[in-house]
Amino acid sequence: MSIDTARPPVHTDHGGPLHAVRGFFRSREIPVAGALIALVIITTVINPRFLSPQSVKDLMLNATIVIILAVGQALVIITENVDLSIGSILGLVAFGTGTLFNAWPGVPIPLVFLGGMLFGAVLGAINGFLVTAAKVPALVITLGTMYIFRGILTSWAGSKQYFSGDNPKAFGNLSVDVFLGIPIITIVAIVVVIAVGIFMHSVRAGRDLYAIGSDRDAARLFGIAVGPRVLAAFVASGALTGLAGVLYTSRYNSVGALTGSGLELDVVAAVVVGGVAISGGTGTVFGAAIGAVLLSTITSSLTATRVDKFWQQAFVGMLILAAIIVDRAVSVRNARKLRVSESRDV
Amino acid sequence: MSETLSPNIVKARSGLAKRLTGSDAIIIYILVAVIIVSMISVRFFASTLTVGFLSIQVIPILLIAMPMALVIISGEIDLSVASIAGLTSAVMGVLWRDSGWDIGIVILVSVLVGVVCGVFNGFLITTLGLPSLAVTIGTLALYRGLALVVIGDQKVANFPKELNTFVLSKIGTTGIPVVMIFVVIIIAFFAVLLHFTPFGRGLYALGFSKEAATFVGIRVGQAKFWLFVGTGVVSSIVGVFLTLRLASAGPDNGTGMELSVIAAVLLGGVSIFGGKGSIPGVVGGVLLIGVLTYSLRLAKVPETALIIVTGSLLVLSVVAPSIVSWARERLRLARVHRVVQQTSSSGSPHA
Amino acid sequence: MANEVQPGIEPPPPSGTPASGTPALSLTGASKTFGPVVALADGTIDLRAGEIHALVGENGAGKSTLVKILAGVHAPDGGDFEVGGVGVSFKTPADSKAAGVSVIYQEPTLFPDLTVAENIFIGRQPRNRAGLINRGEMRRMARDLFTTLGVPIDPDRIAEGLSIADQQIIEIAKAISLDAKVLVMDEPTAALSGVEVDRLFGVARGLRDKGAGILFISHRFEEVFALCDRITVMRDGRYIGVHNTADVTVPQIVKEMVGRELGALFPKVDAPVGETVLSVEGLTRLGTFRDISFEVKAGEIVALAGLVGAGRTEVVRAVFGIDRYDSGSVTLHGKALAPHNPQAAITAGIGFVPEDRRKQGLVMDLSVAKNATLTLRKALARFGLISGNRERRTAEDWSSRLQVKTGSQDYAVSTLSGGNQQKVVLAKWLATEPTLLIVDEPTRGIDVGTKSEVHRLLSDLAGRGIAIIMVSSELPEVLGMADRILVMHEGRITAELPRAEATAERVMSAATSSLEGAL
Repeated sequence: MSIDTARPPVHTDHGGPLHAVRGFFRSREIPVAGALIALVIITTVINPRFLSPQSVKDLMLNATIVIILAVGQALVIITENVDLSIGSILGLVAFGTGTLFNAWPGVPIPLVFLGGMLFGAVLGAINGFLVTAAKVPALVITLGTMYIFRGILTSWAGSKQYFSGDNPKAFGNLSVDVFLGIPIITIVAIVVVIAVGIFMHSVRAGRDLYAIGSDRDAARLFGIAVGPRVLAAFVASGALTGLAGVLYTSRYNSVGALTGSGLELDVVAAVVVGGVAISGGTGTVFGAAIGAVLLSTITSSLTATRVDKFWQQAFVGMLILAAIIVDRAVSVRNARKLRVSESRDV
Repeated sequence: MSETLSPNIVKARSGLAKRLTGSDAIIIYILVAVIIVSMISVRFFASTLTVGFLSIQVIPILLIAMPMALVIISGEIDLSVASIAGLTSAVMGVLWRDSGWDIGIVILVSVLVGVVCGVFNGFLITTLGLPSLAVTIGTLALYRGLALVVIGDQKVANFPKELNTFVLSKIGTTGIPVVMIFVVIIIAFFAVLLHFTPFGRGLYALGFSKEAATFVGIRVGQAKFWLFVGTGVVSSIVGVFLTLRLASAGPDNGTGMELSVIAAVLLGGVSIFGGKGSIPGVVGGVLLIGVLTYSLRLAKVPETALIIVTGSLLVLSVVAPSIVSWARERLRLARVHRVVQQTSSSGSPHA
Repeated sequence: MANEVQPGIEPPPPSGTPASGTPALSLTGASKTFGPVVALADGTIDLRAGEIHALVGENGAGKSTLVKILAGVHAPDGGDFEVGGVGVSFKTPADSKAAGVSVIYQEPTLFPDLTVAENIFIGRQPRNRAGLINRGEMRRMARDLFTTLGVPIDPDRIAEGLSIADQQIIEIAKAISLDAKVLVMDEPTAALSGVEVDRLFGVARGLRDKGAGILFISHRFEEVFALCDRITVMRDGRYIGVHNTADVTVPQIVKEMVGRELGALFPKVDAPVGETVLSVEGLTRLGTFRDISFEVKAGEIVALAGLVGAGRTEVVRAVFGIDRYDSGSVTLHGKALAPHNPQAAITAGIGFVPEDRRKQGLVMDLSVAKNATLTLRKALARFGLISGNRERRTAEDWSSRLQVKTGSQDYAVSTLSGGNQQKVVLAKWLATEPTLLIVDEPTRGIDVGTKSEVHRLLSDLAGRGIAIIMVSSELPEVLGMADRILVMHEGRITAELPRAEATAERVMSAATSSLEGAL
């Protein structure tokens, strides 16, 4: 833009930290985080018990599973794809976990996590393979595998359910015990967010995902291995969904044929609210995680403020719409600025 | 690359042959095959009861699939349909319980819900230019949420008995529900709209290329706006139908149906990229899923295997064309290579 | 005068050139065909280290194909290709890059959502000891590059919204960071303003002085002569010759580029000129074109000539109502035409054959019949329903009149050859019986035989009293077909030449604006 070119370059030399600060305030996560903070403050003013230790713990527990799912989904959406099968994958892994404990009560817990993530990764790989090999939009493929995976789960589970009582106590305690006031499974989620966040921010392969979502053809022209990268994003999303599936079994009372159904759109919504554009290339996993926390907190918040609980979902809907409208408004403003500045050249 | 071979090199296929081998025709062949196999091998399938149960089962998806096909052909998508049906059902229940109006007026006002919902979707997508996928994920939650706001977790069930009887009544001894007449009229309406009107012709152009459509004078925004109003209205009609069929209005009527509808439409040969598809194909797609589900159920195949079949069909229907076109491209390239070699060796000019 | 140089002359020996440089890149006798179309018959270029070398030729001369071969996008069917004296054969753009060849396109492809620094270093970002991307280092490296180039661009801003000029600088920075020995610039100045062009030239000279070989493709002779050491001329997919810039003049180069008797190829039959059909007054779209006024009369073909990016297409798009304009007026048959309303334009009697046949002109998956009648959607309908029979009959009628070669009206239009596709586009507009026909690059990418058929058809239409506006970048076409030529340069009309006064040199000089006095 000519505004930039008119400025001498010298000053930018010591702009390192300044840049970081400026970038921080321009980022898409800020409005979402602001909304979350405002929500918490308003709720607490109306009902001070909202921030009681037990209540905070519940908030964190409720958000944990969606955070992990949102991080995985963000990876896929950033590459301009989508994974609608995660609800079914979560269900399969959760039921698989229950089955495993039932068949082998003494199984080491780390092995359960490893197995669950591996299981999820395999399912994600199926999606990724179909998407990259057939060159069909992920929306259609994962809609199909959503049914297939769910079908496999229902024929496997039938009417059988595993209850939390069937699992080893240590496993269930992951969702009860706290470390520094934070539930163990929430710590797992935070570690996931940070790890994937660093990967997407500071590892070449992670940046490739942004490039692919930004302009797939340019990425190909550039020599980026588009197919393998997209496949990897689906595998990673599958593995994270598998992790969420194992944690789900620890957190909730029962797992069965219907576990996780309908979750997919909630998670996509969280990601979109968190500033990851459905058209790919922008947004961060931190944003997606904040989006997930915001959506799950609204529920508790409405309860705490005694707003009719039936308003919950309507709020979620409005939030999603607000997120995309704000996003659009910003890009329209930028485009107009550009046209005006370029018109001076003629 | 940019130049294709002149038609005398491409093997000629007559119009009829093309129609008989198109993707929508294939769906219908498969449908017929499934019906015949079911009639032979599944007990009780060949009966008028089948027709009745089957029809009642598929009507909601069949109805919504019509405007949905048009939306997808024009290059957009609407995920909020099932929520609109749910909201309509909720409004209808509350109106019937509290307003004291005649049921006819209640139904009419309920259908207006769909108009409003469709207008809102259309406004966000065409006026503000937002992506339909994101918008309708939002309104999917919003409309379902409003349904909860309207009716809470209650059910309204005291609708006039006659209406429920009417919805389930059959034409004579054929087993065909009377409402099917109405459904056929709606299908015919959308078929004519898509295949025989200037508007429908424009939708293909629109789905293939917005620019090409603009150049022939199609008002892109306006056309899309009306399509979303269309899905809204039909979803509302389905909301009313579900309410009367179940004789119960609740907030969760139709939950999850959006994905079944889209699966059926895509299975019916409509391209998710837009610009391709036909109403006969979509009807075939819906019926294929319906018949398969029903006959497997009759054959005591566990319920659970059914969704596997639905999902596999969907994946297959989109992957298969990719495989076919890949094979065709390979053949074409081989042919081009031969032709180029021939021409360059003989040195004859190309017309 | 334009036929003094015969096709197929021996190229002048490159011996008298400033033989300072070693060969940086040489391509000899490269050919490339696409199906029946020969895009490049003899692609030859000899680029040395430390020179700026111009490649000139008309549209369709094969320059783009040659560039794509250098870039590794197309593999040549034959010919020798060496980079730095070593034989190469590129299979992908990555191969080309690895060999030290960087191509800067007229419209660069950056990742709009990534920062400028990241666009330069994607895939090879500097890393710290932990293997993580070192953003500070990356930023510093980018800033160093921009300092070397003498251009202030913020490495931390995202690429979306950058001007084309800045995008090109970023591509150049990328090329430098890749240590490219050969830089190919494909019409880099087409979309730049004067200041930006100067800046680009400064950068190019700096790189030359450091020993890079630069291939510069441009239509603008003042730039070629100001910047380049040598000039290679191409015509009809063939290498014609190479010259030291100091030894030639603009008219000589133009003659080699055009190189044939013009009148014989493009027979526009004189038609009686009727009354004014279209009149455009002071049409302005900020940032695109300014103060455009002209008239077109019945039976007349008016050509809009000029360089790519001069604003010709934008003007006709605004006239037809595809784009908005900020001020001015369009009058058809004495009646004001509603702005930004293509349907109104069609109803009023305007037809528009757009420049991009595949994206704008046709719906590739629809049948020939449906495409040919797409403009008649409403007229063909009876009681709101389109009658298949009438549709077919109309389509068949027009297809046979224009001699569209297709096996069946039911074939998808994508199965036809380019020339026949263009006839379908023409058919769909002629079917509306327009009184004004706008054709934008009507013969781009179609074979020679069909090309002259299209020309005959346009001449014939004018003879029947239709007013025609023809946007064309092909000089022979413009000179052969037009009754009047309007030349545009940087968004303005710079010359209006009647048929009798139009020569290649005058059109070219008006299109590049500054050389009028020199000729």
